[in-house]
Amino acid sequence: MTSLERPLPLSTEPLLSLDRISLSFGGVKAIADISFDVRQGEICALIGPNGAGKSSLLNVINGVYRPQQGTVTFDGTGSRRMNPHDAAHRGIARTFQNIALFRRMSVLDNVLTGRNLHRGSTWLEQTFRVGRARRDEATQRRYAEVVIEALDLPRVRDSIVGTLSYGVQKRVELARALAAEPRLLLLDEPMAGMTTDEKRAMAGFIVDANEQFGVTVVLIEHDIGVVMDLSDHIVVLDYGKKIADGSPAEVRVDPGVLAAYLGTRH
Amino acid sequence: MSFFLEVLVGGLLAGVMYSLVAIGFVLIYKASGVFNFAQGSLVLFGALTFVSLVERHVAPWLAFAATLAVLVLIAMAIERVVLRPLVNRMPIVLFMATLGLSFILEGAAQLFWGAQVHGLDLGIDDKPLQLGGVMISQFDLFAAATAGVLVIALSLMTSRTRLGLSLRAVADDPLAALAVGIRLPRIWAVVWSLAGFVSLVAGLLWGARLGVQFSLSLVVLKALPVLIIGGFSSIGGAIAGGLLVGASEKLAEVYIGSAIGGGIENWFPYVLALLFLLARPAGLFGEPAVERV
Amino acid sequence: MSNLVMRRPGLNVSTPSASGLVLIASLAALAAVPGVASEYWLSAVLTPFLILSLAGLGLNLLTGYAGQLSLGSAAFMAIGAYATYNFAVRLPGLSLLVDLALGGLSTAAIATVFGLPSLRIKGFYLIASTLAAQFFVEWLLTKVSWFSNDDTSGVLSAPRLSIFGWSIATPVSRYQFVLGVVVVLFAAAASLVRSELGRRWMAVRDMDTAAAVIGIPIGRTKLLAFAVSSFVIGIAGALWAFAYLGTVEPHGFDLNLSFQVLFIIIIGGMGSISGNFYGAAFIVLLPIALSHAAGALAAIGVDVGQLQNLQKILFGVLIILFLIKEPDGLARLVQIARQRLRDWPLRA
Repeated sequence: MTSLERPLPLSTEPLLSLDRISLSFGGVKAIADISFDVRQGEICALIGPNGAGKSSLLNVINGVYRPQQGTVTFDGTGSRRMNPHDAAHRGIARTFQNIALFRRMSVLDNVLTGRNLHRGSTWLEQTFRVGRARRDEATQRRYAEVVIEALDLPRVRDSIVGTLSYGVQKRVELARALAAEPRLLLLDEPMAGMTTDEKRAMAGFIVDANEQFGVTVVLIEHDIGVVMDLSDHIVVLDYGKKIADGSPAEVRVDPGVLAAYLGTRH
Repeated sequence: MSFFLEVLVGGLLAGVMYSLVAIGFVLIYKASGVFNFAQGSLVLFGALTFVSLVERHVAPWLAFAATLAVLVLIAMAIERVVLRPLVNRMPIVLFMATLGLSFILEGAAQLFWGAQVHGLDLGIDDKPLQLGGVMISQFDLFAAATAGVLVIALSLMTSRTRLGLSLRAVADDPLAALAVGIRLPRIWAVVWSLAGFVSLVAGLLWGARLGVQFSLSLVVLKALPVLIIGGFSSIGGAIAGGLLVGASEKLAEVYIGSAIGGGIENWFPYVLALLFLLARPAGLFGEPAVERV
Repeated sequence: MSNLVMRRPGLNVSTPSASGLVLIASLAALAAVPGVASEYWLSAVLTPFLILSLAGLGLNLLTGYAGQLSLGSAAFMAIGAYATYNFAVRLPGLSLLVDLALGGLSTAAIATVFGLPSLRIKGFYLIASTLAAQFFVEWLLTKVSWFSNDDTSGVLSAPRLSIFGWSIATPVSRYQFVLGVVVVLFAAAASLVRSELGRRWMAVRDMDTAAAVIGIPIGRTKLLAFAVSSFVIGIAGALWAFAYLGTVEPHGFDLNLSFQVLFIIIIGGMGSISGNFYGAAFIVLLPIALSHAAGALAAIGVDVGQLQNLQKILFGVLIILFLIKEPDGLARLVQIARQRLRDWPLRA
C-alpha cells in the first residue's frame, strides 16, 4: 500500500455539510433551501430530473458559484465565500460534465498537473535541476504513476489527451482529480455517454477511489441502476428542492421520489 | 474656452471618422465572429485603387463602383479561403490569420499601385468655418456629416428592415438562422458588401485628409482601441468609442502632450483602452462572455 | 471547446531526448561554422538568425506555452537594449555579462507591469496591453533623453564589447558570443518547459478555468510567464543592438519587428523550443532566397524593385497556410519527417 492508499477514517462528524443553500441566477431560483450532510468515506449520489439543480449544487460545493444564502461546511470549517482555488487547497477535487482536460498535453502531464498542490520545489530549482527539484519530480511522478496504474491508463500515458476516446478522457479526468490526493471528490456525470461495459469499469474505479484511496465521493448520475449499486447515500433533487435523503433502500420506496420520476401531480 | 472647444470639436470630428472604420470591423465581427485585422489593409487597398483609377482618368463614379466591386470580391474571397477553414479555432488564431491577410493586401496594394503618396481631392475646400466663435475645418464637417448619414442609414437598416433582422439573427446564432430558412451565404455577401462600402468611404475620407499612403493602415489600427472601448459587436458602441477616442486623443495631445514633448497620440488611445478593459473587461457596450464548465 | 488538437496519437509535445541529441549535434555544427563561413554570412545571416531565434524563444514561452498573446516583443527588445546600454555606460566597472543579465531583469520587471492586465483581461483583448506597451515604449525612449545618455543624435552606437579581456569586435567573436548566450538560454528554457512551471503554463493556455479549479495559481503563473519571457526577449534585444546592428535607436524596434517575431513562432511552431530556430531561419533566409531568385524573376517580367512587396505577400500567404494546415508549424513538420525517416526502412 503506497502512501496514497489509506484506510477510511472512522468519524461521526460529516465531512461535508450543506446548510440551507439557496442559489439564484437573475430571477431563476436554481437551488432552494437545500441541506444535507455527507459522511466521511461514503459515496453519496445526487439524482433527479434534468434541470433539478444538481450541477449547480456541485458548483456551489467547490466555490464556482456563490450561493445567495446558506453555508457550506467542509472538514469543520464553514464558509459562504469560497472560490475554486481555495476549495482545491482544502482538499476538494472534481470532474466536469464537459471534460475540462488540457487537450494539448499528454495523459501523464495532465495527471501531473493534478499534483501541483504537492510541489516541494520552486521553478528556479526545477529549471536548473538543483536542490530538492530532482527528488520532488521523482516523488510526483511516482504518485502520478500509481494513479495511472489504478485507473488502467498506462497504455495511453504518453498520448495527447485530445486524441483519446470520450470514455478514456473521462478516466483521465478522474485520474487527474485523484492525483491531487483529495479528501472529497465531486464527479459530475462521470458515466455519461458510456456503454454498459465502460460504466461498469468506471463504477469499479470509483469504488477503488473510495475504498483504496480513502476518498469521499459526491457524484451526479442518471443511471438509477448504477446509483443504487454504487452509493451508500442518495439525495434526490427536483426543481431545486430536496425531496428525499437516505439510503438506497429508503429512497427507492419514497413516495415523493416515485411521484417526481413517474410524473404524478405535485 | 473657445480654444478648448475647437480642440474638442476637432477631436470629435476625427472621432466620427474613427467610428466609420470601426463600424466596418463591427459588421464583419457581427457576421463572422472574427476581428478582421485586415480591414485596415482593405481600407488602404480601396483608397489606393480608387485614387489610381482616377489618376488614369477614370470617371470618379465609375472608379468608386469598380473599387467597391473589387473590395467586395476580395472580402468574400477572404471569407471563403481564410475564415471558413479556421472556423472553429481560437480567436487568437483567427486574428493571426487576418494579420497574415493584411500583409498580403498591403504587399499587393503596393505591388499594383506603387509606394508613393497619392493626393486625393474630393472637391471640398478645407477652409475653416466659424461656428459660434469656434473654428471648424470644413472638410472635417463634411466627413462627419457623411459618416453620420452612413451610420444612421445602417442603424435604421439593421433595426427596421427584414434584411436587418436577418443580419441580427445570423450574428446571434448562425445555426438557428439556418433553421428558419435564412440563406447564410447571401447574408454574408450583404454584410461583406456593406463592410466594403463603409471601408471604402472611410478610406476616401481619411485619404483626402492625410494623403493616400502607407501610414493609413496605422491610423486604421486605432480602430482597435475604439472597438475595445465600445465593444466589438455594437454599432452604437463603435460610435461612442470613436468619439471618445478622437476627443480624448486630441485633448491629451494638446493639454498633456505639450508638457511632455508631444506625440502622445500614438499611444494614448491604447492606454485608454487598457484602462477601460481593466474596469470593464467586456467593453462599454459589449456582452460579457459567460463561460460554462 | 478547445480546438488546436493534435491529430496523431502518441506524439508528445515534450520532446524526447533523441531530439535533444540532434539539437546538440546541430549546435556543435554551428560552433564549428566560423571555420568555414565567410564574414558576410556570419554577420549578416547567422548572427541575426541566432538572435531572432532567441527573441522567438522568448515570445514562444509567453504565447506558445502560456497562451498570452503579445504584440509588444519589439518594445521589450528595445527595453533590453536600452537598459543594457545604460548599465554598460553608466556603471563601467561591471562585466558585459552582468550588464546583459541586468538588462534582462529590467525588461522582466517592466514587462510584468504590462502583463498585470492579463489577470483580468482574457484572450484576444489582451493585445490592448501589449500594443499599448509597444507604442508607449517607442515614444518614451524617443522623448526622454536620459535613456539615450542625453545623446542628441537619437542613434546611439553600441559600446565596445569585451568579457574578461576577450574583445568582441570581429564578426567571428560576435558570432561566438551570441552563440554562447543562445545555447545557455535555450538549454535553460528547454528544461523550464519540461518542469512544473511549463505544465502550469500549458494548463493556463488550454483551459484556465480548469487550471484554477485544480489549484494552479493563475495570476502568479501568468506573471511569471511575462517575466521569464521578457527576460529572454530583453537579452535578445540587447544582442540585436550590440552584436548585430551596432546601433541603438527606438525606431528599429517598431511594430513591424513585433510582427516578425510573432511570425517566427507561428511558422516555427508555437509551444516548441526547436521551432524557434526553424522560424528564424525562415525569416532570415527567405529574403536572401528571393533576392537570389531575382534573376529568374526578372526573366518572367517581375520587377526586382518589387521584391519587398513580393516577400510581404509570401509571408502573409505562408502565415495563413501554416495556421490552416499545420498550426504546430515547421517544428511539427520536422517531427513528422523524422518519424517517417525512422519508419522508412521498416516500410519496404
